[in-house]
Amino acid sequence: MDLITKSRELLETGAVKAVIGFEAGRRGTVRPAFVREAAKASTLVFDERCTQNLAAYLTRREVKRMGRVAVAAAPDTLRALLQLMAERQVKEEEVLPLAVAADGTVTELPCAADVEAHLALQAKELKAADRELLAKLDAMSREERWAYWQKELSRCVKCYACRNACPMCYCAHCTMDCNRPQWVPVASHALGNLEYHMVRAMHLAGRCVECGDCGRACPVGIPVHLLAFHCQESVHAQFGQRAGTSAKLDYALSTFRPDDKETFIR
Amino acid sequence: MAETRFLPSESLDTFVKALRRDGRRVLAPTARDGRAELNPVEAAAEIDLEGLQTALSAKETVFPKVERILEYSLSGGGVDLRDVAPKAEPTVLLGVRPCDAAGFGALDAVFNWDTRDRFFNARREALAIVAVACTRADDACFCTSVGGGPGSTAGSDILLTPVQGGFLAELVTEKGAALAALCPDAFRPDPGLEKKVADLPMAFDHAALTASLQGRFEDPLWERQSLRCLGCGACAFVCPSCVCFDLVEEADAREGRRLRTWDTCGTALFTLHASGHNPRESQAQRWRQRVYHKFSYYPERYGRLGCVGCGKCTRACPVDMDLQEHLLEAAQA
Repeated sequence: MDLITKSRELLETGAVKAVIGFEAGRRGTVRPAFVREAAKASTLVFDERCTQNLAAYLTRREVKRMGRVAVAAAPDTLRALLQLMAERQVKEEEVLPLAVAADGTVTELPCAADVEAHLALQAKELKAADRELLAKLDAMSREERWAYWQKELSRCVKCYACRNACPMCYCAHCTMDCNRPQWVPVASHALGNLEYHMVRAMHLAGRCVECGDCGRACPVGIPVHLLAFHCQESVHAQFGQRAGTSAKLDYALSTFRPDDKETFIR
Repeated sequence: MAETRFLPSESLDTFVKALRRDGRRVLAPTARDGRAELNPVEAAAEIDLEGLQTALSAKETVFPKVERILEYSLSGGGVDLRDVAPKAEPTVLLGVRPCDAAGFGALDAVFNWDTRDRFFNARREALAIVAVACTRADDACFCTSVGGGPGSTAGSDILLTPVQGGFLAELVTEKGAALAALCPDAFRPDPGLEKKVADLPMAFDHAALTASLQGRFEDPLWERQSLRCLGCGACAFVCPSCVCFDLVEEADAREGRRLRTWDTCGTALFTLHASGHNPRESQAQRWRQRVYHKFSYYPERYGRLGCVGCGKCTRACPVDMDLQEHLLEAAQA
């Protein structure tokens, strides 16, 4: 069954209150769409342009209030969904993921185990441009890398599009917005920008599903997603964990195990 | 006045160098590392006039993303409070689009509404604008619907319109004429060439839109339009006319400074009260505020729109909040 037919059916039977997917924009663009009536399901599209991680909407109050929703999900959206489940932000029964295959066929993945099984068959591959830039950064000396990020981050305007586009940045009260006390400078000067992006990268270490939506959202083209990717890869190397693979994943950086091989914590 | 001259292509470099010799910083669109942004340039060869728009607007030249406005230090039970002088370097914006130039009018309306803002004005007075008319437009552009145009001279000191072999240079203001006088040989007499700019049909009537917004405050339209909005500030921060700022203190026990930084009505924190109450608690209300501010409150208070139709917000939006489309929907209600 294709996405439009499936969505229509789900909305007609009342199985879901809304289908979160994509619709065509006016300028050859695609954008998130919230289809709440069966008659409007025909506006849904799903093609290679639909890269945005729709899981970012699943923790939002407006969406939670709708009731159970279906989401037309690319693999990165499914990964983010599993991570949100692992972090107890989304319950299994709240979301019906619809995996859309290349031929347009839709598979319902009603429980987390189905999502896990589906994802196990999907290889996670970084985009060629990201791989290249990561390799270039790895090859730099520490001083060169520092200079690279100082220059890049000086262009940040602190619009927080990266944070708001990220499915894992769901805090209702973000450290960046906290002003009593103010932990991080508000201003987009060198220190404020550096602290913001360092804090964000550290918060995402071990939780980032490497969708790259933060970098895609940046209006001035800073590859901020690479900071998160790098931290994620470090966690993977150190702890063998990869976010977005299981709905029951303990967070590597805050989990204590009595049999931890390191002794400093005991 | 608008005296028209001809600036041959090869004389653009002469012009840039004359401006530099005169001690002015020249900021122009560049395409370094595949990014369209304003950067200081030394020669015309560095300038990219092919790109339609820079991602950020030119407002940073008069309203920086962060500006120190006062400093203080504490000692011996007393407070030493010091004014900070505005940093106003003589600057020429060269090659911005007429919409970006028009944006300064919207900034001026706010920064000189009741109090004359000395930081804004010092920078504004030190700034001259040499815009380049658009010979093409894209689907995000709608300057003609908000009173501007691809060849509009509003806000420019000189408007350059590309023609065969160079540019028609309209010396719009005294400031512009003074710039041209720095290299009189570069600006030749007008050979009577016809000015041809991009054809951008009007998408909506802004007066009708402003009228239509009256009484639509509670319309479900805003919720429908904003459901996908992520609540970031990308649209406001790239906007040539968005002017909201935050005042923040950075201080320790001995000294501190007060900073003015960009802010945006797109975020929940913008209106959050100390009590915890938020008068704009939903993203729909924040999106509505953005539209009303630009298209209803601005005309009411300043007699002009708070939008120049550059389309930067639409291009920057990570979820394609297409302003023109949303305005059309509101205008046709």
